[in-house]
Amino acid sequence: MSNLMSGAKILLECLMREDVDVIFGYPGGVTLPLYDAMYDNPIRHVLVRHEENAAFAAQGYARATGRVGVCCATSGPGATNLTTGLVDAMMDSIPIVAITGQVTTKLIGSDAFQEADTFGITRPCTKHNFMVKNLNDLPQVVHEAFYIAGSGRPGPVVVDIPKDVFQGQSHYTPVTSIHLPGYKVHTDGHAGQIRRAAHMMWEAKRPLVYAGGGIIHAEGSSDLRELVETLDAPAVCTVMGLGALPADHPNYISMPGMHGSYAANMALTESDLLIALGVRFDDRVTGRLAAFAPHAKVIHVDIDPAEIGKNRAADLPVVGDLRRVLPKLVKVLAELKPTEAAANHESRQNWKSRVNGWKQEHPYDRNTAGDVIRPQHLMAEIDRLSGGKAIVCSDVGQHQMWAAQLIRYNDPRLWINSGGLGSMGFGMPSAIGAQFARPDKLVFAIMGDGGFQMSIPELATIASYGLPVKMIVMNNGYLGMVRQWQELFYNNRLNAVTLDCFPQAEMLAGAYGIKGKTIDKPHQLATAIEEAVHEPGPFLLNVMVSPHENVYPMVPAGGAINEMVLGQPKPAPVAGD
Amino acid sequence: MLQVISLLLENKPGALMRVTGLLSARGYNIESLTVARTTDPELSRMTIAVDVEPHLRKQVIKQMNKLINVLQANDLTEGPSVSRELVLMRVRAPMEARANILKEAEIFGARVIDSSVEGFALEATGDSEKLDEFIDVMRSYGDIDVTRSGIVGVSLEPRKLRLSSPVTTRVGQAAAEARN
Ligand SMILES: Cc1ncc(C[n+]2csc(CCOP(=O)(O)OP(=O)(O)O)c2C)c(N)n1
Ligand SMILES: [Mg+2]
Repeated sequence: MSNLMSGAKILLECLMREDVDVIFGYPGGVTLPLYDAMYDNPIRHVLVRHEENAAFAAQGYARATGRVGVCCATSGPGATNLTTGLVDAMMDSIPIVAITGQVTTKLIGSDAFQEADTFGITRPCTKHNFMVKNLNDLPQVVHEAFYIAGSGRPGPVVVDIPKDVFQGQSHYTPVTSIHLPGYKVHTDGHAGQIRRAAHMMWEAKRPLVYAGGGIIHAEGSSDLRELVETLDAPAVCTVMGLGALPADHPNYISMPGMHGSYAANMALTESDLLIALGVRFDDRVTGRLAAFAPHAKVIHVDIDPAEIGKNRAADLPVVGDLRRVLPKLVKVLAELKPTEAAANHESRQNWKSRVNGWKQEHPYDRNTAGDVIRPQHLMAEIDRLSGGKAIVCSDVGQHQMWAAQLIRYNDPRLWINSGGLGSMGFGMPSAIGAQFARPDKLVFAIMGDGGFQMSIPELATIASYGLPVKMIVMNNGYLGMVRQWQELFYNNRLNAVTLDCFPQAEMLAGAYGIKGKTIDKPHQLATAIEEAVHEPGPFLLNVMVSPHENVYPMVPAGGAINEMVLGQPKPAPVAGD
Repeated sequence: MLQVISLLLENKPGALMRVTGLLSARGYNIESLTVARTTDPELSRMTIAVDVEPHLRKQVIKQMNKLINVLQANDLTEGPSVSRELVLMRVRAPMEARANILKEAEIFGARVIDSSVEGFALEATGDSEKLDEFIDVMRSYGDIDVTRSGIVGVSLEPRKLRLSSPVTTRVGQAAAEARN
């Protein structure tokens, strides 16, 4: 069963066999044959307004579903525009496949029009990349790309395809198997190690679950919940792991790290056993590594052996897929419970109440003001309308940290943010991808006035497809996060952080045929957000907030995480007091 | 001391760049690198000598093992291994020095591979320090041009090569289900 087909058609056949339903892309000269083949193909093509946003949208799709997101760009500038989105996906382990066009094979290396060394440029931006010079290799490569992107520790994969490969004709036979002998996917954890881990958990007096994005990639939330409940241990979720355990769960503390809560950071500092699940001991979590969790032994479960011992030595490593390891861990924990739970029961109960004490002592600042809208107030209102159920795609900056702190995420895949790379301009395009993936969901794009202005072109995409994304600009008139650092660490010498000339939101939105509104009074907030949410189409809500608010708690760069600055003028409390 | 890494990798375009890119991205300087096909033409064997701080060496090996095209990466400096290097050298020396040059060459186990009025072309193998000495000695006789191959090494421990098996695609799965 093989028919003569063009390379472009063969590519689309392969994509359909990978269950691709949408491609975020931008066409150009060398992808013309591909776009011609797409003309009568059922896969939906979404025309974004910049290739970087095609990659971010593909990520939004992937982050909201766990499925491989797909984007597409032409050669040269199209491909180079993708790179930020690729590196971003690499840092956060997000499965996307990027199809890039390349100049005709005969012209490669001749500085042809719109030629760039995409294969070379994207090599360090991807988990793996391919250039297909022979049409016969195409089907195999496409399936390998999807397999690599989606399996193991997920990541971005580029497939670079010259124009003549799209145009060539070949007999297409569906690929039934692929072979990547050097690609090791670690799945089952070592049974003995899992058993030892369970023993350690029962032996601990102050256990703490430290859960990250790996839980979400592994669809491990319900198993995580069982583990937490079986052990009755407190838990923190990193900025990549928000929603891995429901925010409303009684054992949940909050996010740890540079802008994590007092309770989360104190719990890490005082714990005697970190149960680290799908985390990478990122510097934004650990602060000064030498002072991080100084009393704790570490159980570290991760699918990537290179993460184990990279930043913090593990006392008990388990290399494996949390999807498989967690249920086994829960099973052994439950088996051991009758014999082992009693020994340290009292210590663990004391530990829990200490953690709860910290929570009550220094909760996040949620205060409102009478005359100005505080950013915290804005996030609290979004939280009220979300009820822990909406998808929130965030940009990067102060608003991101407040959205992470103050909005509840009661399910995985609701909180979508650029964690590792911290790419401004991520929020709106990722919301586009998430809304295509989850048309049933309320999707917020929360942005700063800086990041929003990196994404303005995508208003056209949102308008064109009538996507009901609720765009909320937390407008503080500054590149707030940079201003915060200049204020705190550079003697308040504010330079290049003032954002004047912000466009009038209703006029800007109106220019695209979208509803928009600007508010600046606390009493307008609730109704304005309700209006945005109840609007059937897109809505741009520009919220003028108090400009000088800083994000707290804050662990100064290089500090230990228990040395938090808790609020504006108050000096840092020291460990133990 | 340099870290000497032996890699078995697929003989594919870009595979070399993935390995060297991993090192250059971390700011490590590669002292030498050799690569050639193995008995299986689809595979290459590479030996890299690189300056990596001791506490980061395990991490480098792990990162290399993650590369899709790499079947196996080993740290030769960790276990028993041997490594050798090849030197090709042209020595230009006056007639009266020729007899001594040949004598020295013999001491170092070097072979003459070309001889002309101007001098010799010599070939020597050995460990790198010994070759350093050889080069120093020959320099004392006249003008030299030297090309070194860089280290090639082999582990003396048996190492199991663990390869992944083929994976069935969705099409393959559907076909299998249809057959059942
Ligand atoms: C592409 C990119 N450029 C620069 C930065 C550095 N940066 C981090 S936060 C920030 C300020 C963001 O300002 P805004 O979007 O207004 O958000 P705010 O912090 O005010 O909430 C900047 C410039 C970045 N993260 N990404
Ligand atoms: Mg701002």
